[in-house]
Amino acid sequence: MIAEKTLVAITGAMASAHAMRQINPDVVAAYPITPQTPIMMNFTQFAADGLVDTEVVTVESEHSAMSACVGAAAAGARVMTATAANGLALMHEIVYIAASTRLPIVMSIANRALSGPINIHCDHSDTMAERDSGWIQIFCENAQEVYESTILAMKWAEKENVLLPVMVNQDGFIISHAVENVELLPDDVVKEFVGEHIPHAPLLDVEHPVTYGPLDLYDYYFEHKRQQIEAMKEAEKVFPQIAAELSEITGNEYDFIESYKLDDAEYAIVTLGSSAGTVKYVVDEMRGEGKKVGLLKIRVFRPFPVKRIAEALDGKKAVAVLDRSASFGAEAPIYSEVKSALYTVKERPILQSYVYGLGGRDFTPEHARTAFERLIKGEFFEGEGYLGLRE
Amino acid sequence: MAFMLKDMVKKEWRLASGHRLCPGCPAPTLVKLALMATDYDVVVANATGCLEVSTTIYPYSAWKVPWIHNAFENAAATISGVEAAYKVLKRKGKIDRDIKFIAFGGDGGTYDIGIQALSGAIERGHDFLYILYDNEGYMNTGNQRSGATPTGANTTTAPIGKVSLGKLQVKKNITEIIAGHGKVYVAQASISHWQDFMNKVKRGIEYEGPAFINALSPCVRFWRVRTDQAMEVAKLGVETNYWPLYEVVDGVYKINYKPRKPKPLEEFLKIQGRFSHLFKREGGKALIEEFQNEVNRRWERLLKLEEATKQV
Repeated sequence: MIAEKTLVAITGAMASAHAMRQINPDVVAAYPITPQTPIMMNFTQFAADGLVDTEVVTVESEHSAMSACVGAAAAGARVMTATAANGLALMHEIVYIAASTRLPIVMSIANRALSGPINIHCDHSDTMAERDSGWIQIFCENAQEVYESTILAMKWAEKENVLLPVMVNQDGFIISHAVENVELLPDDVVKEFVGEHIPHAPLLDVEHPVTYGPLDLYDYYFEHKRQQIEAMKEAEKVFPQIAAELSEITGNEYDFIESYKLDDAEYAIVTLGSSAGTVKYVVDEMRGEGKKVGLLKIRVFRPFPVKRIAEALDGKKAVAVLDRSASFGAEAPIYSEVKSALYTVKERPILQSYVYGLGGRDFTPEHARTAFERLIKGEFFEGEGYLGLRE
Repeated sequence: MAFMLKDMVKKEWRLASGHRLCPGCPAPTLVKLALMATDYDVVVANATGCLEVSTTIYPYSAWKVPWIHNAFENAAATISGVEAAYKVLKRKGKIDRDIKFIAFGGDGGTYDIGIQALSGAIERGHDFLYILYDNEGYMNTGNQRSGATPTGANTTTAPIGKVSLGKLQVKKNITEIIAGHGKVYVAQASISHWQDFMNKVKRGIEYEGPAFINALSPCVRFWRVRTDQAMEVAKLGVETNYWPLYEVVDGVYKINYKPRKPKPLEEFLKIQGRFSHLFKREGGKALIEEFQNEVNRRWERLLKLEEATKQV
């Protein structure tokens, strides 16, 4: 049954904070960094007002934030955190440990360009640097998706046989600081959806002592990594069921990907994050001009939905893949993975890579239109193109 | 109440035998004594180091208590997360018993790479005891210098050579750094004085808030002493005033043991192979003298701090 919702005008950061308030995690350990700060400011205000039962650990660095999250989650608590950019980079070592220890931590990321040079605005270099860390990675187009993805993430992370941490990405400033209409679910509906946290072999069960994080050498490490690979496959398997459960409450659809006017499109753009909204606007405009264009939005980047992407793009004439980060000396990450996903399709489209929006550079409808028009005119070039870059 | 051997033999070892620490290493003894000093249930966090790698080689574990190793520099942050989880779950009625939290770290994981996480956890006031077993170098990786390595010691990254007498800097005084956090129980102890150590563990656990014990724990391998000499050399550290036994509770100093006639520092140095070059090479004598002066300065300062913070 679709729950009665409350319409509010809030930022993406506040949408994260409300999701956290309704999930009411046992422990939140975090350190402030622009543009994540308002997530934590809003959440700690909820805690100060007694709206949550959470133990907030205001650590002295992001490295300690993730370290405390690992300790708390292993102890048996439901744990959340948030960070961005350099903070995520400082956590990097423990981000891997959290995943390999199979701790279902949910982390909001307000995506921001990694230094250097130092820059506080949006791009995806921070989260793309963690794409092999073993975390599930969700990308959001707007504040509504931030809110719902965070709730979905908690349940997904804790699912039996998954037990993997999840990053919920929102574009720094563009989503985190922009006010939008967001529909909130009632507190009790969210509480019921995420359910009671039942920890697996918690440290605080002193009658059944467990050893977390032993030395694991060449005789077992490989098998443990295989288990992690299988856990991510399991995550992919159970996602549709969790998504369907949330759909029943919200009436919204959740899938690994979102196709927008794509079925009969001949030309497509593939992107993720807030730029998807801009591309939708341009698709509508160009459809009005009789152009057969469409959008493929990737919502779940890890596990990477290879088959879904292949099916969605099979038979298209040409596709532009947009990346908000670069891989120096190699293809941009989303482009590279989409290209690889299309290896086995019957009718491979011509592909074009574009890098856009680094360090918070605006991504405008003109940029999306340029990408589409070049596809239609057959203007392709080797390597990646750039949108919004001064030459 | 003093800890008596006749009672201790009846107690269960919460660290089992069969671990793979070196013969003569006092670190496991230190852990066993610490866990015997309290009857509470405990959860242990362990920084990367000798103790961690030698007690938990998968699929084995020597730990009979819940135990977590996260990384090298974050034992304090990790245990702070465990403690935070305990507080909230207890508040919610999901846990009914009293549990205490202990972190073990070596000097590399504490004086150097882990000092930030430790400082943060203490400042936040988590209720835990951090036990530093100080063997004065990165012994797990083969005797590299740390901030805890004393002047003149021969290590693999500050080796003696044609123009060098080993480490030339003074040892960092982490006990004082931690005491500087204010609201904290701080103690310096030595494996050679086991009753004193156990009393400090008990007091540290019972102190409401963060507690820190810096325990001298010789590395027989890289201090270049015989495997039966760990206690002897640690004792000489205390008798020479190189390693004073004292406590700082909320800023108030108390020296637990004042040698009636302190032995010259040379007696601590000369039985250790890592200092043998100081007795043979040019400049060694001067360096020992300088080192002795530093030990005297620190001891005099400690006496004055005890006097200055004496409670009326």
